[in-house]
Amino acid sequence: MNSKSNKEVLLVKDLFKGFGDNKVLNGFNLSLFEGENLVLMGKSGSGKSVLIKCLVGLMPPDSGSVELLGQDISKLNHSEMNDLRTNVGFLFQGSALYDSMTVRENLEFPLRRHSKKLTEEETDTLVMEALENVGLTHTVDWMPEELSGGMQRRIALARALILKPKIIFYDEPTTGLDPITAKEIILLILKIQEKFKTSSLIITHDVDCARVISNRMLLLLDGINYAEGTFTELSSSNDPKIKAFFK
Amino acid sequence: MAYLLSLKQNIASFFMEIGEMSFFSLRFFKELFTKPFEFKELLNQCYVMGNKSLFLVGVTGLILGIVFTLQTRPTLMDFGAVAWMPSMISISIVREIGPVIIALICAGRIGSSIGAEIGSMRVTEQIDAMEVSGTNPFKYLVVTRILAATLMLPLLVIFGDFIALIGSAIVENMKGSVSFVLYFNQVFEALTFSDIFPATIKTFFFGFAIGLVGCFKGYTSKKGTAGVGKASNSAVVYTSMLLFIIDFIAVFVTDIFV
Repeated sequence: MNSKSNKEVLLVKDLFKGFGDNKVLNGFNLSLFEGENLVLMGKSGSGKSVLIKCLVGLMPPDSGSVELLGQDISKLNHSEMNDLRTNVGFLFQGSALYDSMTVRENLEFPLRRHSKKLTEEETDTLVMEALENVGLTHTVDWMPEELSGGMQRRIALARALILKPKIIFYDEPTTGLDPITAKEIILLILKIQEKFKTSSLIITHDVDCARVISNRMLLLLDGINYAEGTFTELSSSNDPKIKAFFK
Repeated sequence: MAYLLSLKQNIASFFMEIGEMSFFSLRFFKELFTKPFEFKELLNQCYVMGNKSLFLVGVTGLILGIVFTLQTRPTLMDFGAVAWMPSMISISIVREIGPVIIALICAGRIGSSIGAEIGSMRVTEQIDAMEVSGTNPFKYLVVTRILAATLMLPLLVIFGDFIALIGSAIVENMKGSVSFVLYFNQVFEALTFSDIFPATIKTFFFGFAIGLVGCFKGYTSKKGTAGVGKASNSAVVYTSMLLFIIDFIAVFVTDIFV
């Protein structure tokens, strides 16, 4: 499916995060290898989105370390973190397109902030190239509210890809989509992974998505990585807690 | 007992919110002087707040001038002091009524829209998306909006005051056959530097308050559409209250020094 290496691009050690008495992450560990599609599954409210926000520095963990592309993110200042973020793409659960901007402006936004030396023509070429990757070049001047849910997800994917990141985090990429559109998004993620050789951490509770997309899977339960393995290994497990995920 | 407990909690949360807003404004001043400066977004916000509020401020000012003159005229006629109309109206509008009414209108128009816009961006993770893409959302969204409101409100108030005086002149022209030239001659004779300067200075503070509260309420809004509605609504309520407090302080200080 893809060319996976043994080089770690993301390493999470003993991550703890809680909100008052509610302990969401209780010493979570994770490693993502170069070129790998790692699927993280967990029940609703199990802390998947909290985890992914800790990984990109949107939320500080209570303790533990996150090494992204070899750099401990807790030791980076704001400017170093911003530089690191150019190598990280993020697909939000609700797409998070800037609704006051057109599709073109949405895609230009990260480009203009990180590649200031680009000319108008170069910017335009990169925008059209990103839209071509997701098959939506005709929507370049549309506003986000004119796009369907699936289209918004694809545009958000194009925006996440525009800086050619080394790692992409997907926060429930198929949630809220009909089965056909969800399948299209899954295939698109695979196509993009093949083309750009990115490493991906996909957070989902969609079993079909996990089956098609994963090289390896992790199950998040009670704030820890409860089980790890390939889809086949985990889906054939006799542990009732693991079985519950695949019913 | 339960009532006292709830009162205690409300007072505590009120002071906590004041504390949070103070930190928020300190962060604004810190980010204001650090690079990168978001000039393009600042200009865009000046256009959105300034240009797009002109019609509303103009209509409000015109009606204010007309109504104020119509209501005052009979009383001044009773005292045989109708000739004082231009000076009385101009001083009232420039010193007090114009800035306060226009600031209140802008609190509704600008403050609520900032609260709702930033609040909905928070709820739909657009602020997180901005941060992940390596942009400081506080600088891009908050600093530009507070600065634009601070710069635009004085201009809107000057424009609104001028339109209000035109409205008043129209009434005087129709009811008292006072020519526009005579009316405005009397207006400029009556107005002094001490009327215009303090009134203009306080409008900067009004603009800052509108931008600050709107941004604070939006930026700290809780998840969900109810949170956005609450942010928008409380932005207007808090700003309106704050405007009167600022006005009180400004009048008090002016009274001491001028």
